Amino acid sequence: MSSTLGLFRPGTSPLHRLPAGPKLAALVVAGAGSVLVDTPVETVVALTVVLALYPLARIPGRVLLGMVRPLLWVLVPLAVFQLVVVGGSRTAVLVGVILALVLLANLVTLTTRTTDLVDVIVVMCRPLRVVGVDPLRIGLVLNLAIRCVPLVVELAGEVREAQRARGLESSPRALVVPLLVRALRRADGLGEALVARDLID
Amino acid sequence: MLIEVAGVSHTYPGREDPALLDVDVRLDEHRIGVIGANGSGKSSFARLLNGLVVPSRGTVRVGGWDTARDGRQVRRRVGFCFSDPDSQIVMPTVAEDVAFGLRRRGLSKAETTSRVAQVLRTYGLETHADHAAHQLSSGQKQLLALASVLATEPDLVVMDEPTTLLDLRNTRVVADILTSLPQQVVLVTHHLELVAGFDRVLVFDESRLVHDGLPEESVKLYRELMS
Repeated sequence: MSSTLGLFRPGTSPLHRLPAGPKLAALVVAGAGSVLVDTPVETVVALTVVLALYPLARIPGRVLLGMVRPLLWVLVPLAVFQLVVVGGSRTAVLVGVILALVLLANLVTLTTRTTDLVDVIVVMCRPLRVVGVDPLRIGLVLNLAIRCVPLVVELAGEVREAQRARGLESSPRALVVPLLVRALRRADGLGEALVARDLID
Repeated sequence: MLIEVAGVSHTYPGREDPALLDVDVRLDEHRIGVIGANGSGKSSFARLLNGLVVPSRGTVRVGGWDTARDGRQVRRRVGFCFSDPDSQIVMPTVAEDVAFGLRRRGLSKAETTSRVAQVLRTYGLETHADHAAHQLSSGQKQLLALASVLATEPDLVVMDEPTTLLDLRNTRVVADILTSLPQQVVLVTHHLELVAGFDRVLVFDESRLVHDGLPEESVKLYRELMS
């Protein structure tokens, strides 16, 4: 079952047990190191390493496939364009590296609770205290943003249903205005709840 | 805790009509019900009790703390449960939402984990610990909202129509939890059967506290007002 944006899957694999900090650091290193990948062979090695981590995290193949499918909307047009402009070899490297990095990033979120990821960011923001930034507040904002994505999707669904019930099948104005109003109302409610729960002043 | 509401009137900014008018009441009973029509002022009254609403006139003291001056102290002792749990759940997953309030209170990670597990077990949510909050049913969301509030062990729990969005079964579940809570409870509700057996029931009408008595007589008066 997904946890937030359809990613975290609870488990006890070695990757699940690994703290969030090292996983995020590894992701950053992999991102920076990806510029060194230069040949199709190196790309295949990088992709193979990333794909091998999925069984290690005990992530089923269908989950992996489910993640690749939406990527195709970006990767296929990109591959076609690159094929025409720079040729087969560079295209394989570029598309392969992007795929490997996205799958690696997904693996981090699949095996790490959102709060653990946010906690790392909060710790990283601690030095900003000297300029008056409250790291806990940054963490709260990130968590709220993640929490609000499904809420807004749910609100959009409700508004669309109400539209259909009244025969307004494809009116963008009839979608955007009530969605905005509901979202602002929900934001008011969330603000009130944060105060009530003593999470903010 | 003693709740003292003295000479309170409140008008929301931008509104002409007051939400509350000349409310005077002292409450220290274990179970207090608040009933009244929509817009009668009962939700505003509930919001007074943890400082969410600061009165335009008069004072509200809870456990000796002035809600206008000591809002933080009051909110640490008074838990508040809203009718729409979606507005109250602030974290992405079930366990994270319960944990968040606890971590803010300075509990260690180990203490938080243990308290969260215990609270989720108490409210039958242990199998949903890692589930996304938005994937729960309405009843489960309300239980989660309640669990998150009760995990912080407040002295007083204020509930503003917690059963409005629930079916009969989940209303029963919330009612059972209400009965078993050791804390003092102020319940705002349209479900009149929930306040039967309460120590005291307040009736609001047109922004005023029009009756304050035992459940049976209060409910009778409310029905008369609505007829």
